[in-house]
Amino acid sequence: METVINTGRRSFLRAGAAVGGGLVIEMVLPGAGRLAEAAAPAKAFEPNAFVRIGADNTVTVIAKHLEMGQGTYTGLATLVAEELDAAWSQVKVEGAPADAKRYNNLLWGPTQGTGGSSAIANSFEQMRKAGATARAMLVTAAAQQWKVKPESLSVAEGVVLHKTSGRKATFGALAGKAARVPVPTEVALKEPKDFIYIGRSFPRKDSKSKVNGTATFTQDVKLPGMLTAVVAHPPRFGAKVKSFDGAAARRVQGVKEVVEIPTGIAVLAKDFWSAKRGRDALKVEWDESAAFKLGTDAILSQFRDLAKTPGLFARKDGDAEKALTGAPRTLEAEFVFPYLAHAAMEPLNCVIRLSKDGCDVWNGEQFQTVDQANLARVLGLKPEQVKLHMLFAGGSFGRRANPQSDYLLETAHIVKAIGGRAAVKLVWTREDDMQAGYYRPLFHHTLRAGLDDKGNIAAWHHRLVGQSIMAGSPFESGMVKEGVDVTSVEGAANLPYAIPNLTVDLHSPPLPVPVQWWRSVGSTHTAFSTETFLDELAHAAGRDPVEYRRGLLAKHPRHLGVLDLAAAKANWDKPLPAGKPGERRGRGIAVHESFHSFVAEVAEVTVRNDGSFSVDRVVCAVDCGIAVNPDIIRAQMEGGIGFGLAAALHGEITLKEGRVEQSNFHDYPILRIDEMPRVEVHIVPSAAAPTGVGEPGVPPVAPAVANALFAATGKRIRRLPMRAQELKV
Amino acid sequence: MITLKVNGKSFRIKDDPDTPLLWVLRDSLGLTGTKYGCGISACGACTVHLDGQAVRSCVTPVSRAAGKRITTIEGLSRKGDHPVQKAWVKLEVAQCGYCQSGQIMAAAALLATNRNPTDADIDSAMSGNLCRCATYQRVRDAIKAAARTSGKEA
Repeated sequence: METVINTGRRSFLRAGAAVGGGLVIEMVLPGAGRLAEAAAPAKAFEPNAFVRIGADNTVTVIAKHLEMGQGTYTGLATLVAEELDAAWSQVKVEGAPADAKRYNNLLWGPTQGTGGSSAIANSFEQMRKAGATARAMLVTAAAQQWKVKPESLSVAEGVVLHKTSGRKATFGALAGKAARVPVPTEVALKEPKDFIYIGRSFPRKDSKSKVNGTATFTQDVKLPGMLTAVVAHPPRFGAKVKSFDGAAARRVQGVKEVVEIPTGIAVLAKDFWSAKRGRDALKVEWDESAAFKLGTDAILSQFRDLAKTPGLFARKDGDAEKALTGAPRTLEAEFVFPYLAHAAMEPLNCVIRLSKDGCDVWNGEQFQTVDQANLARVLGLKPEQVKLHMLFAGGSFGRRANPQSDYLLETAHIVKAIGGRAAVKLVWTREDDMQAGYYRPLFHHTLRAGLDDKGNIAAWHHRLVGQSIMAGSPFESGMVKEGVDVTSVEGAANLPYAIPNLTVDLHSPPLPVPVQWWRSVGSTHTAFSTETFLDELAHAAGRDPVEYRRGLLAKHPRHLGVLDLAAAKANWDKPLPAGKPGERRGRGIAVHESFHSFVAEVAEVTVRNDGSFSVDRVVCAVDCGIAVNPDIIRAQMEGGIGFGLAAALHGEITLKEGRVEQSNFHDYPILRIDEMPRVEVHIVPSAAAPTGVGEPGVPPVAPAVANALFAATGKRIRRLPMRAQELKV
Repeated sequence: MITLKVNGKSFRIKDDPDTPLLWVLRDSLGLTGTKYGCGISACGACTVHLDGQAVRSCVTPVSRAAGKRITTIEGLSRKGDHPVQKAWVKLEVAQCGYCQSGQIMAAAALLATNRNPTDADIDSAMSGNLCRCATYQRVRDAIKAAARTSGKEA
């Protein structure tokens, strides 16, 4: 379809018929992916893989990370704009293609992907250098044109200015000339005191399209001749298709194909509703001989048995057993955490079209090059033949980073099964999304502590039992160390409190229930058990929970910083105003580090006599290093708190004889507006390198609420989700 | 053949009368701003207006929408400048954005009948609109901000 015209130094223009029938012109780097742009100007200036400046004065920032709501498009653009001295209004953002060479996550090695709250952390220098390089080239171009020294020029708001003569030029006017300037090898970056964009809250780049319906998600892709596929998945993990009868499905108007794939039976139709009706009419007999048939109660009982035996050490300081035996006072608690579904608002989906030179994939996904390699394998292509068109994801929370590329491969198998005759959009229904797997694993924790006669913690023993997320994934070699999956024990093995005898050990029983990282991963459970148990020890010692923590955090100034800030802003030293008659009120605190960011939260609750309660207010303090965009940081804390509360109050996936019992939002409720507390966010000023904010707001909220409920009722919650009946008067 | 009036335009559609309005809007008319989230009226992502009232299009048979005035996010305002949309941008409500068309349509319907909603009014009108990013605090604040600006304009 393409006419290739060589336009010079580094790029080629490629014109062809667009999906919608119009003309598109693409900028293509030799040997690289596609950077689509409608009517890209011929003299676009691309100093590097992250910045393109058009003659129309548009600065396009190429985002190597997925925008799933966390604000990364805005954050990455801020970093470029800062060093480029661009005008915010001229900056646009587009998703990068999959390419491990140019777009890898610098914290992950040769893999492009978004996760672990690492987008800004790994891009901070890279994107600023990209902006600074472009700026230097624009300045050189202007200096050559005006025959002046580059040092005599200044740049502001997308304009290069020669102050002495008053000459000035926009980036767009200089782009063509700048493209012919040598790329500098070294560029100076601004001192933080000179930041204009970083540290101020410039508007999100995706807000407008997300309020007028034009933001494009995978769900919205429509290609000529495209078929929509809905899949009948097995009712139990490990079950296979034994036989199926597609005759009735094929009779449904609009249904075009019924095909068997490794994960079930796919019904393809001209639109979603026809495909869904086709699936409803399908008759499938499943071979469940190898299927998993245990319920969550049986799993938990196995975990409890395992918890009685020593696991693999994740940390061993001193001799916790001996110190426990010798302690005048010991406490013990058991914690249970259920399987959790990610339940993003956009159910999983993917669009794939085979072409003569490979395939095109439209998706919002977190694991670009992992998915690219997996798709290439299934489709018999080279990775570079798999072209990814990055779209927004309607939430993900880790789910669209599947090490096996599950839903993408399902789409590939469907395309293959129909011989590539049409483009295919796979749509999982909400029920598929909730029941077809990949959950935050079920975990069992046992905590034991010994207090000396002054109430100080002499011993701490933390044993965890739960499935490993990393086992069997491409990250196993790096993330499972001597049998210990670091994500199972993160937040527990790095407990910051000064305790002389401390042991953390782990059992990772393999089970066929598919598990995956879920926003804040191990900290989703470790923050709860450690921070509620520490609260319990503080009360047992007759000490204030904030003061008790302070005494144990002397070597952890950043934990201490957020703890103190949250406590101060929540007026911790003053009593909480009392509730109405029949209401008990309480306040609790928790502090936790995840993904190198530090967050403390104070929760205030009101409990009624029937045990029902509301979380009225959460005061949050966060230290994430340099705050690139403070408003987005606040938004991520607010959202993280709401996400964490949903799990604390409602989240639970249960299995009955191997079948997932929940199917949709009526039986897997997420947080509603009337359950959302007032959230106040305070950011610790910092000159440290920025760390992530997508996940770290989540872990502290559930323990802070549980500690507040204890303060209100004297009852400890040790099993999530929280159950109101446990708090009845 | 059913005639639908969507965003001020008439369309003749061939879909089965039982087809949910959501899929006619999305797949037949290409109005993809209205989203699928649950299919059982449990999340509100598919909220549109039928004669000015907020309805869940995923459980509304298209036959029931015939002859009624249907408004989707694409037709709420000509330039994305409905007071609710403006407040949403100003307060940076959206994160992933997937549920926001539904949130905005529900909020616009609330403000059309209640120009100064209390927190309880907002809870009652909006608690069927789920947001997994939990943007609720800003949803609430933006509704109040929109109420203030609409009041001024009126």
